[in-house]
Amino acid sequence: MSAAAKIRSTIESTGKTRKVTSALEMVAASKLNKTQQRMAASRPYADKMLSVIGHLAQSNSEYRHPFLDARPPQRVGYIVISTDRGLCGGLNTNLFKETLKSMQAWQAQSVEVDVCVLGQKALSFFKRHQFNVLAQAAHLGDVPELSDVVGVVSTLLKAYDSGSVDRIFLASNVHVNTMTQKPRMLQLVPLLPAQLDQAPDHWDYIYEPDAKVVMDTLLNRYIECEVYQGMIENIACEQAARMMAMKNATDNAGDIIDSLRLAYNKVRQASITQELSEIVAGAEAV
Amino acid sequence: MPEAKTIQLDIVSAESALFSGQVLRVLVSGSLGELGIEPGHTALLSPLKPGQVTFTQQEGSVEHFYVSGGVVEVQPDHVTILADTCIRGEALDAEKATAAQAAAQAKLADQQAEADYAQALRELAQATAQLRMIQELNRRRKV
Repeated sequence: MSAAAKIRSTIESTGKTRKVTSALEMVAASKLNKTQQRMAASRPYADKMLSVIGHLAQSNSEYRHPFLDARPPQRVGYIVISTDRGLCGGLNTNLFKETLKSMQAWQAQSVEVDVCVLGQKALSFFKRHQFNVLAQAAHLGDVPELSDVVGVVSTLLKAYDSGSVDRIFLASNVHVNTMTQKPRMLQLVPLLPAQLDQAPDHWDYIYEPDAKVVMDTLLNRYIECEVYQGMIENIACEQAARMMAMKNATDNAGDIIDSLRLAYNKVRQASITQELSEIVAGAEAV
Repeated sequence: MPEAKTIQLDIVSAESALFSGQVLRVLVSGSLGELGIEPGHTALLSPLKPGQVTFTQQEGSVEHFYVSGGVVEVQPDHVTILADTCIRGEALDAEKATAAQAAAQAKLADQQAEADYAQALRELAQATAQLRMIQELNRRRKV
């Protein structure tokens, strides 16, 4: 009987776990919609910004902004965006794996790596792996403010301006659809020519008040906006990944309960059969 | 009647895309003064002051937007306004703007809060620009 009781208690506890995971799944599903909308709403701004900067890079300005010119890398900076909480499948793990691979490629060329992190998971990961964490921000919630991002970004931009960092990358997840999220390494600074569409003609803008002021404002804002967009997108990824992970967990719990119930019934039947045969044998003996 | 010349206008803010379409002319407040942009304007790039964006649509109707700042890019065939925040003229709230103006003035008067001087100045400029726009819209409605 004790075997049957043990199985029964396992069924009960698995059932409770299933309740929790299905509740988490529903919470994630309801948040997902909102975060996806937020992501879609802020995307046009980033796209337009990039196209303006594309024009800017082709124009033949007398002032060449440092963000547009590459210099040989001696030290590179990464901005890594992760979630604050776990229980979202392999979202963070995949991103970190990809980021580490890209960092190790730099380290193999004896280029040093600095990291700025957004999100608790990235913070503890890169601290554990003894990376040089320049700036950090975590627990920014579901609706981060642009001002939360600015501090982290400006640390790296200042390092770039002073020449101590020669490349800045953004590592974050891209929301392909609800089922798939992909880690992405984006080179933020200097801007890659591939990011900008090329045109052959020679022309330039009229700048008001002057080229330096306008370009500084625009490029700084672009970087901030790109990182902010990455954060918003990462939140949508988090909810989508959590929803899928919790859905799988709920389904798996159901499967486990089914197989346990089968095992329980077999044990119960076996014990009844045994008792019956014992009674019959006892009756025959009398 | 010959087709009037138009220019493609896109207004986007960090929160959303607010307008996209063909317009006859656009008026914005650039950092050095008011700019009137018509089709075929030479390429120009300028930061924006808090103020109005006004444009005339093809059928002749005039639309007003408030922007708190940003950047305007002009190409001969299109205008892109990258706004920090942008509010449709009709959605402006006079009471809120007045309150914001009063708060900013109070902050400026407070000598201790010196660190936030630039911020307060910016807030004041934004609130004042909103109020000016509301007044102008009201006046136009009465006429």
